[in-house]
Amino acid sequence: MDGGAVGDRVYRWMITGFACVVPFLLCLIAWEVFRAGWPALHTFRLGFFTDSEWDAQHGKFGAAPAIYGTLVSSFIALLIATPLAVGVAVFLSELAPRPVRQPIAFLVDLLAAIPSVVYGLWGIFVLVPFVRVDVTPFLKDTLHLGGLPFFSGPAYGYGMLSASLILAIMVLPYISAVTREVLIAVPRSQREAALALGATRWEMIRDAVLPYARSGIIGGIILGLGRALGETMAVTMVIGNRAEISASLLAPGYTMASIIANEFAEATSELHISALMAMGAALFLVTIVVNAIARWLVWRVNREAA
Amino acid sequence: MPNSHRIFDLRADWSALLLCAAATAACSPGHKSSADSAAADRAAKDTTHAAAPATSSPRADLTGAGSSFAAPIYGAWAAAYAKLAAVHINYQSVGSGAGIRQLSQQIVDFGGSDGPMTDQQMAQAKGGPILHFPTVLGGVSITYNLPDLKQPLKLTGPVVADIYLGKITKWNAPQLAALNPDVTLPSQDIVVTHRTEGSGTTYIFTDYLTAVSPAWANGPGKAQVINWPVGLGGKGSEGVTGLVKQTPGAIGYVELSYANHNHLPSALIKDARGEWVAPTLESVTAAAAGAVTKLPANTDYRISIVNPPGKGAYPIASFTWMLIYRHMSDSTKAREMRDFLRWAYTEGEKSAASLDYAPMPASMVPRLTARIDSIMGPAR
Repeated sequence: MDGGAVGDRVYRWMITGFACVVPFLLCLIAWEVFRAGWPALHTFRLGFFTDSEWDAQHGKFGAAPAIYGTLVSSFIALLIATPLAVGVAVFLSELAPRPVRQPIAFLVDLLAAIPSVVYGLWGIFVLVPFVRVDVTPFLKDTLHLGGLPFFSGPAYGYGMLSASLILAIMVLPYISAVTREVLIAVPRSQREAALALGATRWEMIRDAVLPYARSGIIGGIILGLGRALGETMAVTMVIGNRAEISASLLAPGYTMASIIANEFAEATSELHISALMAMGAALFLVTIVVNAIARWLVWRVNREAA
Repeated sequence: MPNSHRIFDLRADWSALLLCAAATAACSPGHKSSADSAAADRAAKDTTHAAAPATSSPRADLTGAGSSFAAPIYGAWAAAYAKLAAVHINYQSVGSGAGIRQLSQQIVDFGGSDGPMTDQQMAQAKGGPILHFPTVLGGVSITYNLPDLKQPLKLTGPVVADIYLGKITKWNAPQLAALNPDVTLPSQDIVVTHRTEGSGTTYIFTDYLTAVSPAWANGPGKAQVINWPVGLGGKGSEGVTGLVKQTPGAIGYVELSYANHNHLPSALIKDARGEWVAPTLESVTAAAAGAVTKLPANTDYRISIVNPPGKGAYPIASFTWMLIYRHMSDSTKAREMRDFLRWAYTEGEKSAASLDYAPMPASMVPRLTARIDSIMGPAR
């Protein structure tokens, strides 16, 4: 009767196989991208990451504007999306009357199901005119922020701000879904203890529930960040596609994913193709570094809490 | 014990499967389409060789790739010709640059390009000398978003160049006002838009600016992909059109038939004779007719026809070319190619206008058909 043991072994081998495939694929993709990008990396060396000129016409490729655009648009998107998403999650798990919880949660989750090209179209027809006609004058004239470098220059509508806003909407459901699950998982005793000590509802959420769920919430933010860094279509459609580092959020910019999407099909020279592959490799690196930093943050937060 | 044997086999199967999956994923992503068409090409060759001894008149299918601008008419020609001659012509719309690349590597039988190949590209082609056959013409419209303007904007090449160089930034600038004395232009910022990816449209547009503006010639110059001094980028004609339509005060350039289809306003351009010309199929054909009068007898047709002489010639125009090796990979294909081209220049051109392409001027067709015979089979 060793049938059970054999079954276990088969199962174990299968599961181990599955588990090995994912890292293996990841390594293969990384290897391929680096290999194809090597000629460009070899030609420009570190300059590929630090030069701010992306000039396919004259074969000069510096990825700095795209790296900058990717990081800044994702960072601003998180800045906008995180409070909103956490607010939505708190409302849904703590405050909302039971009958509306499921429908609202469903609708928020549905945001994640919209294809990014639809976000892009919405961006072109609604968000960009809104930013140009309403947001920019509000920032410049009503709030008198036009003097700041962040809000200087003409109002195209297309630019870093629009890209950040659209990304914020796109990552919101990820952060809120994770946060909601984490909040629901906070033990009842935690809440009851806080209330028993005389905490108001708000104090209970702030001092007992959110700190308990902290690392889970940060995990949700990391998930959103990963999504924002790699998002291509919607961003390409509203960012203005200009490889230039500008302090102004109203100015057009570029992201790494957008450059690849825009130029790959029509790239003719070997160096250009290689530079785009190197850009892919750089995006890979940036994602890994940003994720590592985020995980380190989680680890530190948890250690301090302990 | 037999039990465990079976399990071992199962395991081997699994690992083989996983290796397969990994190997598929490792296939370089950038060259998928060319690999596909290479396979298609090989398949086509195989059938040719298999069929050759059996039939008296062997047939071969022709594969082409390149210009997306020309893809609709090549597709229509291929469909019409297939009914006539039972030859299948498979043209992939992959872009001019990719078309040149695939032809150079002998992945396809002919390429399509909106810009002529450079000497360097010609030298790198694996299959020897390449012939350029202009098939139809394209023009580039300058479009704009000025809702209050009731009549077409008038522009000259140097002024367009200055706008794209960032030297003219307001619609009411004196240079623009001087060209449009009958209308009041707004004091708006000019929002410059352009293509982000390599494009034949960009080549034609910058070829024109290079021809008429020394400042442009000494600056960005002409190329399929430009390091633009100013402006917003859009991907494809639809991307630029979207930018222009959604941004008051925007200016952009799109392929003429695309502009006409989408009812975009098009600026009148001052031609070489100093007259205002609107972009139409007729004025684009006139551009070629004007340019062809100056051609030497031994031309290789790698010629620019921007800013041509001749009455009513729209100055921002260009050929689109079929690129064919002088010595094709097999003689059956060479014969098919010659027959197809002969048909295209006589019958195919007639359908060009209905498909929104400017046909070749009648004066050029005899010279081009005479050249078809220089397409040959493999060199001995």
